[in-house]
Amino acid sequence: MEYKQIAPSLLTPVAFLGSLGIQFIQFIEMLGSLMRLCAKSMLCLVRYKPPIQEIIRQFAIIGNRSFTIVFLIAIFTGMVIALQLSVGMGRFGMKIYVGQIVGLAIFRELGPVLTCLMIAARVGSGIAAEMGSMVVTEQVLAIEAMGADPVHKLVVPRLVATVIAAPLLTTIADVVGTAGGMIITVVEAGVTPDFYINQITDTVLLRDYASGIFKTVFFGYFIAMIACHQGLMTSGGTEGVGKSTTKAVVYSSIMIVISDFFLTKIFLYF
Amino acid sequence: MLPIVEFKNINKSFGDNHVLVDANLSITKGETITILGGSGTGKTVYLKLLLGVMRPDSGSVMFRGQNLGDMEEKQIISMRKHIGMLFQGAALFDSLTVAENVAYPLREHFNYDEERIAHIVADRLDMVGLEGIEEMMPADLSGGMKKRVGLARAIATDPDVILYDEPTTGLDPANTKRICRLIMEMQQKLKVTSIVVTHDMEAAFTVTDRMALLHGKRFHFIGTKDEARVSHDPIVQGFIRGEMDTGDG
Repeated sequence: MEYKQIAPSLLTPVAFLGSLGIQFIQFIEMLGSLMRLCAKSMLCLVRYKPPIQEIIRQFAIIGNRSFTIVFLIAIFTGMVIALQLSVGMGRFGMKIYVGQIVGLAIFRELGPVLTCLMIAARVGSGIAAEMGSMVVTEQVLAIEAMGADPVHKLVVPRLVATVIAAPLLTTIADVVGTAGGMIITVVEAGVTPDFYINQITDTVLLRDYASGIFKTVFFGYFIAMIACHQGLMTSGGTEGVGKSTTKAVVYSSIMIVISDFFLTKIFLYF
Repeated sequence: MLPIVEFKNINKSFGDNHVLVDANLSITKGETITILGGSGTGKTVYLKLLLGVMRPDSGSVMFRGQNLGDMEEKQIISMRKHIGMLFQGAALFDSLTVAENVAYPLREHFNYDEERIAHIVADRLDMVGLEGIEEMMPADLSGGMKKRVGLARAIATDPDVILYDEPTTGLDPANTKRICRLIMEMQQKLKVTSIVVTHDMEAAFTVTDRMALLHGKRFHFIGTKDEARVSHDPIVQGFIRGEMDTGDG
């Protein structure tokens, strides 16, 4: 349903409230159609044989798109945390414990969240742009016209590939980030690499790693579904593709940050 | 002769925009009919209704005597193998080769082996005069070639009905003539029913048996091209001469 946007000059209190109401209704509508897409993609996963070849292709694309940026973000994040902690903890004479905190921060929180934010930016935008272009050039309609289901052909492979790729990329980011932290800790805190690694292996438990990794499965799901939904909802030609791409990144980033809190809270019970 | 396609009392709105109001059209097997009308009059809506990718608000769409509204999803999917469509921009899949594009509906609807698919693909490409380009990518093709590959894909499953959505839009005169010739050839060789949606009058008079002009949210005129030529109706004549855009309905 289309709603008229209210010009800023008409923003009287009543119009402002009306505008808020319209935005709320649009948000609920968007949420409803996203839920429908989620349900349909789950149904396709159960009902049809998974398109293995396309999943592998999408997985390769995601890996190719994200690896370098995830690597860079992870190593510098590890390095900067170690640097800040060396300064902060140095004030209390606790520099030697930097490795333990770096390890916990990266494995539990920073690795999963930053990696998935990068996937949202790199992969989510790519998915939304690709699918948006397919919508405006009638390729999605062509898929349907030829008897295939666009959700099965387009959404399912991207969803499965992103859900698998997110934990794997996060694992790489965890290792790389910890290594980045080690370089700085060795230089700044004067500890040996062996000491740093022992600190990490003693402090970071399997459940710390697991809680981070489990979160990325959800993050991957949110990224793929939001990006596919925005792509499929594209209208208004090439301008619409740009808007969908931006929305996909913004919405999935917000979703990652908000859900991170609740998922962390849930995993703390286990 | 029984109609192969029938639109009965179709009403379709998009929000407050009533595109079709009580629209009726009956299409006989083997004929080529052109749906004419200005931009936004709902020409393409008919094609989407017939494919079952869009539902009318009320009224019924009949294909070979069966109401699409009564069909289950599986039946509609199966029905689509009898309908081929050439899209306005060809709508070829960018990530697939020409051969994979043409083979797409075959893989969806039939369990043919690769050898048979390759044979059909080569045959259809030959029919549109594009033999030997199987391994090319859509990005490497000209606009006219893309349309012809799109046509090869549309006829891959040996459909009973071919839908053409603005087949000559964006083409140079030579390619426009070539596409028009192909539309006529398809009808002669394959004995298909063709539904052409266009606002290109020259192309319409070249390929068509009958014309249906959309105006005022329903068909204002349905008749042969000769009847259209001699019609004294100012709206028909205005549209033929390009002096009137029926877009405002």
